[in-house]
Amino acid sequence: MARLNVNGRTREVEAAPDTPLLWVLREQIGLTGTKYGCGIAQCGACSVHINGALQRSCSIPLSSVKATDRIVTIEGLSARGDHPVQRAWLALDVPQCGYCQTGQIMAAAALLKSKPKPTDADIDAAMTNICRCGTYSRIRAAIHTAAGNTSASAAGKKA
Amino acid sequence: MTARTATATRLSRRTFLISGAATGGGLALGLHVGGLKEALAQSVLGTTGNEVGAWVFIRPNDEVVVRIARSEMGQGTLTGLAQLVAEELECDWKKVRTEYPTPGQNLARNRLWGDMSTGGSRGIRQSQEYVRKGGAAARMMLLQAAADQWKVPVAEVKVANGVITHAATNRRLTYGKVAAAAAKLPVPDSKAITLKDPKSWKIAGRSEKRLDTADKLTGKQVFAIDVKLPGMLNASIMDAPVFGAKVKSYEEAKARAMPGVRHVVKVGDTAVAVVADTWWQANAALKVLNIAWEEGANDKVSSQSIAEFLKQGLDATEGVFVGNTVGDAGQAIAGAARKLEAVYFSPYQNHATMEPMNCVAKWTADRCEVWVASQNGEASLAACAEAAGLPPSKCEVYKYHLGGGFGRRGFQDYTTKAVLVAKQIPGVPIKVIWSREEDMRQGRFRPVGICRMSAGLDDKGELVGLAMRISAPSILAAVAPARLDANGRDSIAFQGLNPQGPEGQLGYTVPNLLIDHAMRNTHVPPGFWRGVNNNQNAIWLECFLDEVAKAAGKDPLEFRRKLMGNHPKHLAVLNAVADKIGWGTPPPAGLTRGIAQHMGYGSYVAAAAEVRLSDRGRVKIERLVMSTDCGHVVNPQQVIAQVEGSVAYGLGAMLYQECTVSGGRMVEENFDSYPMMLMEDFPKIETILAPSGGFWGGVGEPTICVAAPAVLNAIYAATGQGIYTLPLKNVRLQRA
Ligand code: FES
Ligand code: FES
Repeated sequence: MARLNVNGRTREVEAAPDTPLLWVLREQIGLTGTKYGCGIAQCGACSVHINGALQRSCSIPLSSVKATDRIVTIEGLSARGDHPVQRAWLALDVPQCGYCQTGQIMAAAALLKSKPKPTDADIDAAMTNICRCGTYSRIRAAIHTAAGNTSASAAGKKA
Repeated sequence: MTARTATATRLSRRTFLISGAATGGGLALGLHVGGLKEALAQSVLGTTGNEVGAWVFIRPNDEVVVRIARSEMGQGTLTGLAQLVAEELECDWKKVRTEYPTPGQNLARNRLWGDMSTGGSRGIRQSQEYVRKGGAAARMMLLQAAADQWKVPVAEVKVANGVITHAATNRRLTYGKVAAAAAKLPVPDSKAITLKDPKSWKIAGRSEKRLDTADKLTGKQVFAIDVKLPGMLNASIMDAPVFGAKVKSYEEAKARAMPGVRHVVKVGDTAVAVVADTWWQANAALKVLNIAWEEGANDKVSSQSIAEFLKQGLDATEGVFVGNTVGDAGQAIAGAARKLEAVYFSPYQNHATMEPMNCVAKWTADRCEVWVASQNGEASLAACAEAAGLPPSKCEVYKYHLGGGFGRRGFQDYTTKAVLVAKQIPGVPIKVIWSREEDMRQGRFRPVGICRMSAGLDDKGELVGLAMRISAPSILAAVAPARLDANGRDSIAFQGLNPQGPEGQLGYTVPNLLIDHAMRNTHVPPGFWRGVNNNQNAIWLECFLDEVAKAAGKDPLEFRRKLMGNHPKHLAVLNAVADKIGWGTPPPAGLTRGIAQHMGYGSYVAAAAEVRLSDRGRVKIERLVMSTDCGHVVNPQQVIAQVEGSVAYGLGAMLYQECTVSGGRMVEENFDSYPMMLMEDFPKIETILAPSGGFWGGVGEPTICVAAPAVLNAIYAATGQGIYTLPLKNVRLQRA
């Protein structure tokens, strides 16, 4: 039995110590907003925050998570889905299929926390999640929107 | 593929005839009316009461629920189709909701909602007319109901935003108030319905927000992989990595002793699955099964042996099919003042949808249900019934938004396998999730191909002959042999190269032309991959034309224009990108430019690129201008999203991706060896929407075909060296 702090709630879970946090979240706790894409830390679909830092949960074994670690998933990012990143995503209609987007949003939220006014270069460096649908230009624009940036790149090239 | 054909035969015996299910070619159904009541009882839709015709259900609170038969996989069709219905319905767009009718209901109700297949960029263009008529019919019924209630002639009744008014008596009613009465009226004959001129559209044609965004931002959106049912168990599966191989043996004991493991089951002859409490447990146990395979001859096949095999097709006379011929290309080229030749190679590609293949299935002796993301709900139903050994009327499919499709989820192998697992554990819902590795190994791959391009120029540099010999596997021969032409020709091999036709006409007039296909089928299962053969066809033709233009001493745009006099729509999009990128003026310092045009899925598309080639041979795509003429645009911002998405998909393949074969199996099993385009490499894109009206072209795929050749031509402008093999990561580039 392991104890986790997920989205501010204490959760008791029964899983082998080598079970990745991703699968504990999805299968034991029932938080399916965190997605499985690759299982090898390549795609970012499984992104969560642990103690405020962005982490790819598919590659974090349960045994390495302490009961005191604060885990935040997409379901806990904001109470009403109104985190500035979520609002910007909504305003710019970012998602296509949407499968990668919860991970993208977690990555963008972490970026804005460390760099409230990111440049395009910051975004290139920080946003390494895969979007197979190719929503990258809207993700970029939405990050600028969420940051309140008004640079030309923030406006993107939308018609 | 024989399995596919067998399916067809068996199902047709059950009054259920499937044609080209794999491609979404549509099901021709002999109806099984016996299941009607049962299917309706199982309905998740409110099919009674306020159903005003097939497409519209109106709640008493005025909410309009539009039925969407096609699948939403990110391409925005759900919103676009709803806009088209709402436009004719004259309802309040803010009150529009959507729902998927189930394939079982479609079957039970005589295919009321028509074709559910979602591929070939057909979602809008193939259903726009009948869904608009569905919206118009509902409007007519609602107005009639109001007129009846007021006892006035219907001609005196008006509607705007879902509010019906009678000016003379100053009365008003909302749609929600008359829906129940309207639902009882006869549905007007569709031939008697006149649709609006798109010029007068108020909801369609506008950049409305997608209807499916909010839940995708919070984790609330339930994808098939997230489905949870009471008592559900989870399974991980491994199918023979060497295509065509069979399971010889496996060691069950160790797997069974692992935590959570409930069952180890063989799936058909070719796969084994472990069923456990959680997927992670199942997948861990799958790895210790030590499966041995009976591999047969295919385990000798490699990328190299396939390349050799295809090379033989270049000069073959057997198994060759003509796609387009004018005059005598062979003779014209032989007698030309100047001859050019180049042989191109294009590798296998994987769809790699972000959501790996998965399906939940529940089987009992008299009913089978699946919860699945599918590009063709009816094909899922057929696959479910076949695997379940039940008539389709005793099966049902619950459709979920797809975490990516791109052609992969038109194939129902993952549905079949889930049912075959569930059938061995009756009454228990089983979720089968493919690991990413399984998903990559068991793809339906964009076919490998080689192509020899040859051209002849006269002494003035005019193109006198052009020949294109494609040597490649046929997709149709593998997945839908019934769709081959009578002589065995695969018409899809010639996408974008056809002499005529609304789907993909060659945009050039050449006095002597020969385009043919040496069909060379391998053991690797091919599939429809976003843009399908347009991808390679456009790269081969457009890149070669730049070489020919250079040999003729002509500008690539001028050279093309001269061949395009009879193709004004092709030319218009090409001119549009050339103008916008500033063709004819010097590019910014250090950059070179390239252009390309193509026609696919009924749309005319072109691209212009500006690239920077570093001293070390690294390419940076600085700017892309894309143009599309798809006839009519239903939602401009979503068309732009599709253009951008297609660029990422097409350029990712061109730049980095290849599936190689070794020992008969696919080598690349995850994103570390099959890398995706990421943010930092995604170019700035300017999209020109140039709908010229009068036809309906597709949107999801066409532009994918031109991004890659435009970029390759820009690189060619920098290097002066033709690029004959892809992906580009395998090519050493050097500035001229
Ligand atoms: S699933 Fe964790 S990075 Fe891909
Ligand atoms: S929106 Fe589909 S993978 Fe990103």
